[in-house]
Amino acid sequence: MPVEIPKDKWTGKVRTVTLGATAAEGGTRTKSIVVGGDTTMPFMQFEAPTAHTPVIAIEIKSRKPDDWSSLLEETWGSVMSDPAAWAKAAEAAGADMIVLWLSLEDTADDAMRAVKSVLAATGLPLAVYGPGQVDKDNELLVAVSESANGEKLLLGICEDKNYRTIAATSMANGHLITARTAMDVNLAKQLNILISDMGLPLDRVIMDPTTGALGYGMEYGYSVMERLRLAALQGDAMTQLPMMVTPGFETWKTKESKVGVGVPEAWGDWKERAIHWETLTATALLESGASIVVLRHPESLKRVRTAITELMTA
Amino acid sequence: MALSGIQIYKMLPQTNCKECGFPTCLAFAMKLAAKQVELSGCPYVSAESKAKLAESSAPPVRLITLKGIGIDVKAGNEVCLYRHEKTFYNKSGLFVRIKSSQTDIAAQVARADAYKVTYVGIDFTVDGFAVEADDPSKFAEAIKAVRAATKRPLILISSDPAVLSAGAAVLPGETPLLCGATSANWEAMAEVAKTAKAALAISGDSLDELADLTEKIKAKGVEDLVLAPGGKTMGGSLILATQIRRLALKNFRALGYPMLTMPGNAGSPERESLLAAQAITKYAGFVVLDKFSPELMYALLVLRENIYTDPQKPIQVTPGLFDINNPKPESPVLVTTNFSITYFSVANEVEGSGLPARLLVVDADGMSVLTAWAAGKFDAERIAKAVKAFGVEAKTNKKQIVIPGHVAVLSGELEEELPGWEIRVGPREAVDLPAFMKKAL
Repeated sequence: MPVEIPKDKWTGKVRTVTLGATAAEGGTRTKSIVVGGDTTMPFMQFEAPTAHTPVIAIEIKSRKPDDWSSLLEETWGSVMSDPAAWAKAAEAAGADMIVLWLSLEDTADDAMRAVKSVLAATGLPLAVYGPGQVDKDNELLVAVSESANGEKLLLGICEDKNYRTIAATSMANGHLITARTAMDVNLAKQLNILISDMGLPLDRVIMDPTTGALGYGMEYGYSVMERLRLAALQGDAMTQLPMMVTPGFETWKTKESKVGVGVPEAWGDWKERAIHWETLTATALLESGASIVVLRHPESLKRVRTAITELMTA
Repeated sequence: MALSGIQIYKMLPQTNCKECGFPTCLAFAMKLAAKQVELSGCPYVSAESKAKLAESSAPPVRLITLKGIGIDVKAGNEVCLYRHEKTFYNKSGLFVRIKSSQTDIAAQVARADAYKVTYVGIDFTVDGFAVEADDPSKFAEAIKAVRAATKRPLILISSDPAVLSAGAAVLPGETPLLCGATSANWEAMAEVAKTAKAALAISGDSLDELADLTEKIKAKGVEDLVLAPGGKTMGGSLILATQIRRLALKNFRALGYPMLTMPGNAGSPERESLLAAQAITKYAGFVVLDKFSPELMYALLVLRENIYTDPQKPIQVTPGLFDINNPKPESPVLVTTNFSITYFSVANEVEGSGLPARLLVVDADGMSVLTAWAAGKFDAERIAKAVKAFGVEAKTNKKQIVIPGHVAVLSGELEEELPGWEIRVGPREAVDLPAFMKKAL
């Protein structure tokens, strides 16, 4: 019985965004990354080819974090106290991109030095995020932005209460920004509008709709992402931005990943559970529209890479 | 295709008799189209229209119920492609595969059967077992061994109709899923399923083949069918599953059945976990896993609960007083609402801090702090009521509670509601709790 397969016809398209600049493009990256360009719901390749393969970023810190799971410390080891060595190790583990978080203790000089060392240690495109306090973020990111002029860094995190300074310095120095909102389609749109109103072209903005972890609200994030992608395909310009999500950050703070003792026996093996938590969250989010997933554990990276490779093969 | 209100209206008596409770037949038709009323509300509808309307109102994905001994697992009855459009109803059943050649069947089944894990106060278990006749001579014996160790529904796997027939004979009065029919054996398989009153899974290499087989098997009198579309990669499986669900939602009857996936065929446990997760998020009715491991089962059960949560009714936590990090009488009491995400954010931060505390979860109709406060569901009265109802006073020696910073405005009223208690105002965001607890408490 011949079955006529229904195909969705969309008018809209997710914007294409390029991260990182090679020497030819005015930076020092050995390659740049292109994300977005989607014209279908995720991986519906019988309708149209998926324009760009989703990418995996590894999260690193400018100073050794004191609240990370010992499972992460075991796997990364001593490189955690040296962002350049950490970035190199992440590249060796197969990362497409590095996300460097600066620390509250960093001065502008520290931040610039850390960014410079990471840029020297790896040719991967780089995101640089402030520690998350308005004044400190602005102080550090402006310094980084100016000193790495032309690298097409992804700077962040822009939120509704603090986006102007970061967007402005990005605009002036040829970088991109991450716009983060809290699991809500309209909030995401609104922030994109505000940023766009400042004059920063939207093909230099990645949106992070935030997601929650498996078991901790992920279903909200998952549905918000599906709705954002649907809106984008339906032609709503202010939702047509590639999405970047952080399953590493989200899952490694859950008890399931963080804690190995004193938990129910039914939770099973700690390490394998933690990897499942990160991997399953990331995979679900890729299938709901993520273009960039930021992970923490190299084993998760390996498995999510398998998922991406397979999802790209119809 | 689901009918529009106008199409339905044309089949109604159009007398506007109002006996259905609506002012006009058109109004009633619109309600019918929105599936908000039953056709039985109209006493005068013709038998012919009734038949047509029943056909169009049948669920796009047929409901299939597998029965064990007093335990059922259902799949189907789904009505949407994306969970936010309405909700996903029947959670993907998770089955563990046992091979008839195995020598440790009783122990394997007993372990998985006894598995129980609690998530936000809900107990989850494995749903059933799949017995594969890799050694047909031991199949009946293996099914008996499985049945002795569990009461849950079974899936029986063999490509030989005679083997499945003998296997199903071991399970009188049950509804197992036979797996299954192919282009090569469908006629004999249909007979076996019919005789055994079992559901039948159908595999095919293409949607054309699957649709062809479901129609032929249905014509033989077997209606409880399940589709096993396969797919070689995650991308391929995702596309097939999506196409089947889409076609079913467009009332393409030949593919209007739940799906079965076997991620255990994936070759490695890592791939199995990825494929199983995809099956849960993307439309599988039944999932057969090769290996039972508690850590994967827990992750999959939580994923399933998340995806199948009704988006309009967020998961709530049972209100009460919860201990974190073994609190003592002098440990602080932190107040929050029973919205699951709010609860988790707060509980997670406090747990992560290592500091002992008690968390007083107030019934705020499952809303977050600010939303509940704005809606009048998280006020001084409700907090005071929770303090009394959950016996806070008996467990602490301090008579002090910490309320979220967002509702600092409630402290005055609370002091009136709880005379003699000290009301402290905590941070607005959960993430700032550890620092606040270290410094201020």
